[in-house]
Amino acid sequence: MFQRDSLNSELSFLQKIKEIDYTLLICIILLSIISLLVMYSTDGGEILYHTKSHFSKLVVFFPLMLFIAFFNIRYWHTFAYLFYFLVILLLLYVSFFGLKASGSQRWMDLYLFVLQPSELMKIAVILCLAKYYHRIKTENVNTLTSIMLVLTIIIIPIIFVISQPDLGTSVLIALSGLIILWLGGVKVKYFVYSFITFLISLPFIISFLKPYQKLRILTFLDPDRDPLGAGYQIIQSKIAIGSGGLDGKGFLKGTQSYLDFLPEKHTDFIFTLFSEEFGFIGSVGLLILYTIIIFRIIRIGAISRSNFSKLFCFGFAFSIFIYIVVNLSMVLGLLPIVGSPLPIMSYGGSSMLATMIGFGIVLSAKINHRQTIA
Amino acid sequence: MIKENSGIRKSDVINRRMFIISAAKIVVFTGIVARLFSLQINENKKYLTLSDKNRIREWKLPPTRGNIVDYFGNIIAGNLKVYQLHIIPEQVENFNYLLLRLKTLLNLSDKKIQKIIKLKNKLKPWDSIIVSENLSWSQFLKINNYLYDLVGVKPVMIISRNYPFSEMYTHILGYVSQPNEEEVLENEIVKERFVPGMKIGKLGLEKTLEKQLIGTNAIQRYEVNAYGKRINQLEYQKGLQGNKIRLTVDTEVQKLSAQLLLNKAGSISVMDIYTGDIIAMYSSPSYDPNLFLFGISQDEWQLIRNNPLKPLINKTLSGLYSPGSTIKPIVALSALENNIINTNFKVKCTGKTELYGQTFHCWKEKGHGFVSLKNAMKQSCDTYFYEVARLLGVDRLNVTAKKFGLGEKVLGEYFDSEKKGLFPNTNWKKNNLGRGWVLGETLITGIGQGYTQTTPLQLCLMTAQIANGGYKIKPKIIVNDDPLSLEDAKISMTLQSLQTPNIRLFNDPKNIKIVQEAMFSSTNEQFGTSYKSRIDDPKYQFAGKTGTAQVKRISKRERELDLKLEQIPYKDRDHALYVAYGPYKNPRYALSIIVEHGGSGSKAAAPMAKELFKLIIDRDELRDKQSNFENINI
Repeated sequence: MFQRDSLNSELSFLQKIKEIDYTLLICIILLSIISLLVMYSTDGGEILYHTKSHFSKLVVFFPLMLFIAFFNIRYWHTFAYLFYFLVILLLLYVSFFGLKASGSQRWMDLYLFVLQPSELMKIAVILCLAKYYHRIKTENVNTLTSIMLVLTIIIIPIIFVISQPDLGTSVLIALSGLIILWLGGVKVKYFVYSFITFLISLPFIISFLKPYQKLRILTFLDPDRDPLGAGYQIIQSKIAIGSGGLDGKGFLKGTQSYLDFLPEKHTDFIFTLFSEEFGFIGSVGLLILYTIIIFRIIRIGAISRSNFSKLFCFGFAFSIFIYIVVNLSMVLGLLPIVGSPLPIMSYGGSSMLATMIGFGIVLSAKINHRQTIA
Repeated sequence: MIKENSGIRKSDVINRRMFIISAAKIVVFTGIVARLFSLQINENKKYLTLSDKNRIREWKLPPTRGNIVDYFGNIIAGNLKVYQLHIIPEQVENFNYLLLRLKTLLNLSDKKIQKIIKLKNKLKPWDSIIVSENLSWSQFLKINNYLYDLVGVKPVMIISRNYPFSEMYTHILGYVSQPNEEEVLENEIVKERFVPGMKIGKLGLEKTLEKQLIGTNAIQRYEVNAYGKRINQLEYQKGLQGNKIRLTVDTEVQKLSAQLLLNKAGSISVMDIYTGDIIAMYSSPSYDPNLFLFGISQDEWQLIRNNPLKPLINKTLSGLYSPGSTIKPIVALSALENNIINTNFKVKCTGKTELYGQTFHCWKEKGHGFVSLKNAMKQSCDTYFYEVARLLGVDRLNVTAKKFGLGEKVLGEYFDSEKKGLFPNTNWKKNNLGRGWVLGETLITGIGQGYTQTTPLQLCLMTAQIANGGYKIKPKIIVNDDPLSLEDAKISMTLQSLQTPNIRLFNDPKNIKIVQEAMFSSTNEQFGTSYKSRIDDPKYQFAGKTGTAQVKRISKRERELDLKLEQIPYKDRDHALYVAYGPYKNPRYALSIIVEHGGSGSKAAAPMAKELFKLIIDRDELRDKQSNFENINI
């Protein structure tokens, strides 16, 4: 009992600093620097709006991450449900009063920056479910009520996000939630069954998709169908990446982006620009950096004593992995185009905020990895 | 404790499942790396090409046409730098103000302003609008003075065709102008090299030698952005100027021809009798081809089109005339060759001859008395030739005329508009008019009237072939790679005549000599029709034959009236013709002159020959020296 108390006791500030996972921290800093350079390149080699804005966001959110890191992870456990409900409220607010842009309504204006609550939901759903599976008894994991409850937790935000409409983010939220179900011990056969059900109902789901979403799928299957219209993004993205070659065209020399052939180069297609300028070597390097980050987070989960920390770290690591996979598959023409940013690299405050909060919680889990949570 | 146990069990589950996921992650990341590898390493070339295709756009510039020079290397169709005025709408601050300024500076019409506004709305803001295709020097200076005030305006230098001798060579060279869609499509090479603003040959040698003259496009490679805007120039590939073409013509002789025919309708052609080189070929009146370069104005076009002297017709090649008495050397030769007559053969001319109740008049009412061939040719006695033609028959005459090139195109491969002309025979009439030949028609054919139609160049060729001793020559207007000297040309002609007998146009060289002598007397002996135009100096002395071609039948009343030329309406006046060659002792050049409605050949045409021969023979030595093209610097 004594030992446990000592483990649960608060660490001093110095001890906390000593406990920080510096490898992870350095990787995050490195990624931030790379993202700034790439943003500088998207601005055509000048410090313009996107570079400045991205920089100012890093300046705000990086300290926020450190701030969160020094908070005991217990508080996140305590407030996990509350956080989830808060984000639900924000989603509710957005669906009524949100800002509209290019046909969807998913933002709220916070004067300092525009918040996209659905991005926060990616973290909130992990937190919420991590807490749920932390608390539930193992034998109850596979009960009907438990599964129904968990599915409800996932489905409610998805309904909001899909109606914005934002297919990409809702898929990512669903995947983030489902991974916790998996980690929490839901039987494998349920996953298999629901996957089969999903496949069978796929044509039915497709009939519910908006015309532009259907078009994206058709375009994915055959980008040359409409090379100047819907297929343009995929084709141009592949050209940019492919023309990068082994060592790339060089920093600030990516013709595809520099001459405006690349659409959405600041956001979803940021990797395309990076890959064009730094080539195969640079792209694999970036992928390795992400891999280190992911495995560092998994390691923190593995050494954490509390299941909440474990679940969160594993869940968050997985969701980062999923973001990367979805984004890269999209720009490489392996998946249809769904709006999904590349963590930290892509321009966009909400995504960065969510990711930084996630990193913060992970760092906090590392600092407090010896702790258990009641 | 139970809770603790379940907790441990739970973390085992989490860790185990995490392990499965991590394995899956590695597989997926490997897959992404594989995809990157396939795009960036395996298919790199393909995508690099596609990316270049995206960003690099080529702009073809109009090719520079080859120069055309005369025999002495003077440029007769060259290229000139011309200033155009472009507006780049993107750079313009106030479009309306700019238009207002330009309107006053350049005197632009309201229509032109409307056109510019229309273009501006159609084009991308960075595409330039051509305001003026050809700024005059004063306009250029004005624009330069006010350039500070004309933001977005750019004077641009382009290369344009230029004809320094303006109307002198129009009928030979033709002119260039903007092609229409059909013209672009029908010519492969034009289609391939076409760029807006390019001009192509519309007429004459400019058209027929298009392939050699056109040149290749200069190519500018620009990097463009996704919207097609030029960002920077990557490369400039110079085009090759079209081939230089050297003509056989002598500008000085051409100039004199133009001068002689000033304010007259007619044609002068001069030919080298051995090489077939065309020394001059001028059809009067002519027009300035430079007018067509940037689109001729309606007023100027109407002026040319409505000119009663018909400047648009190339009379040398497309004008069809009765040869009149200029045919007589051929009639005489044909009769001699067919042994119908000899030098002693005489006919009594009483001024007219009757055949089946029809009267055929000699030009001399009183008649020539007894005339031999020489006298008949000298005084151009019609009665003599009526009789000779009657004895010879039109079919035998036709054979000789054909041999000498009548009824066939002379330069057909170079000039689309050239006419074949016509020399009739009995079959021709039956096949084309469906009626039998009438003997009376033979008689008038014998004095070059009736169905016979010849072009001035045919008459020139005919004369040249009599002058060179009766050998067929191939007239040419473009200098070959290896021009022959006079001696070589003579030798090659004789050699060729041994190999290919049909180059020899005669059976007995004596007959040619007789005809030559007869022509000599016509010019150089008293009572000869062109005696007044003779030159006694043997250096310039020439032999020729006049011709006066009726354009309508002379009525009995008109014959009695014997009107002076000025008293006859222009349209009804006779065409004056003259064919000649010289120097007589050692002939080198032949010419044909026709003055439409000029009256008699001896008065209107023959005097021109005198002037021409002086110049031509004076320049003979110069011409021989110039036979080697390499000595010419252009």
